Amino acid sequence: MGWTRKDLLTMQELEPAEIGLILDTAASMKEIAGREIKKVPTLRGRTVVNLFYEASTRTRTSFEIAGKWLSADVVNWSAAGSSAAKGETLLDTAKNIEAMSPDVVVVRHGASGTAQLLARALKCAVVNAGDGAHEHPTQALLDLLTIREKKGHLEGLSVAIVGDIAHSRVARSNIHGMKKLGMTVTVAGPPTLIPPFVQELGVKVSHRLEEAIADVDVIMMLRLQQERMTSGLIPSLREYARYWGLTRASLSGARQDVLIMHPGPVNRGIELAPEVADGPYSVILDQVANGVAVRMAVLYLLAGARAQA
Amino acid sequence: MKPREKAQVLDETALERALIRIAHEIVEKNGGTADLAFVGLRTRGVTLAQRLAERVTGIEGVKPPVGTLDITLYRDDLGLKVAQPVVRGTEIPFDVTGKIVILVDDVLFTGRTIRAALDAIMDLGRPRAIQLAILVDRGHRELPIRPDYVGKNLPTSRREIVAVRLREHDGEDRVVIEEPAEE
Repeated sequence: MGWTRKDLLTMQELEPAEIGLILDTAASMKEIAGREIKKVPTLRGRTVVNLFYEASTRTRTSFEIAGKWLSADVVNWSAAGSSAAKGETLLDTAKNIEAMSPDVVVVRHGASGTAQLLARALKCAVVNAGDGAHEHPTQALLDLLTIREKKGHLEGLSVAIVGDIAHSRVARSNIHGMKKLGMTVTVAGPPTLIPPFVQELGVKVSHRLEEAIADVDVIMMLRLQQERMTSGLIPSLREYARYWGLTRASLSGARQDVLIMHPGPVNRGIELAPEVADGPYSVILDQVANGVAVRMAVLYLLAGARAQA
Repeated sequence: MKPREKAQVLDETALERALIRIAHEIVEKNGGTADLAFVGLRTRGVTLAQRLAERVTGIEGVKPPVGTLDITLYRDDLGLKVAQPVVRGTEIPFDVTGKIVILVDDVLFTGRTIRAALDAIMDLGRPRAIQLAILVDRGHRELPIRPDYVGKNLPTSRREIVAVRLREHDGEDRVVIEEPAEE
């Protein structure tokens, strides 16, 4: 099957075959990272604009490298120090960017639904690089690619997603993607950080770390998002680390071949003990490398769908 | 509607003879197998490259390396199609620099695929030479590209389809000319 969508906004809307197409394309793109000269001419003359309203290093850099390896021109537009700080609205900014004829706009924003709003307003392709606590589809895709590489398949695998589920767009995108591909998901964390009715997404809920990670193929630790916490959802960082931090001791009940993932940036000593983050089960740096491949795949597929318009 | 078969161009024996002849020509032209490497173009070019490398091994006793090239990212018609063609990936497990690369494909038509393949290989290194081996040359070139080794020269009309069927993919070794079905 071919890619026909104008935008990549959520994992929720994707068909399993579309996820498969992105993962297969990304796996093929990985060869380019191993070359001495890391560039193919595929998107020559195309322009990608990174429109980031929230701090991001990994994701923005990853999209930038992905675009550049495909020979696209990549421009970064960050909110700090730009017209947004002078009071321009999001849609006005987007329309101004559109007037410069980009082919793809990659957007990150603190408000859920921003990517959908832009996708409706703009003729060019829009990629959601994270909208509030809603979705972050390319993160879920790079996680799925990493698991598939390490385990050889996805269907039937079990995953525990641990930590601040309520504020996590990474968790939400992964849950949608994993359920579609026949994986079992357990979310775990203190009750204040588990959204009500999360079971309706088809996941199990656990309130004990050891129980959640006992018999899973993958443990995905989430960052404690202190910047999104307005009220006291946890008593203290120390207490959180003690009950929900993954350490060598808490791993003793996990499977021998378990994978440990983290979307970054890691709060060392809070959700992940350093010896675990740097340990043999950790695939955190594979995730980063696969992030570039997934974003190359997404840019490639979206740049093609444009021709229909 | 499936295209209608019009004529058989090569049967199993003739196809095998063509490959053996090309293998001998490659060895003769390059004075042996030193620095020789095969690169097949997905999909059937890869199979033909593997077969040619085996025939060369049969003659010289040394097996040259074989790689797989996917030219999708180098196509000149990206963005002109409804959806992007599927990228299947390049796997060349050797350094092309200094090698005599024998590029292998099943059918040579406009030459645009070969143009893309040349660019793709050059991006991987600096081969000493690139030579082109083709099972069927059907003419209608749009670029100044010419094969070094040809299994069969076949004059065709533009609307005809040359189908190379190989055991590994299609269950038989045969080359046929097909005519698109009438609407």
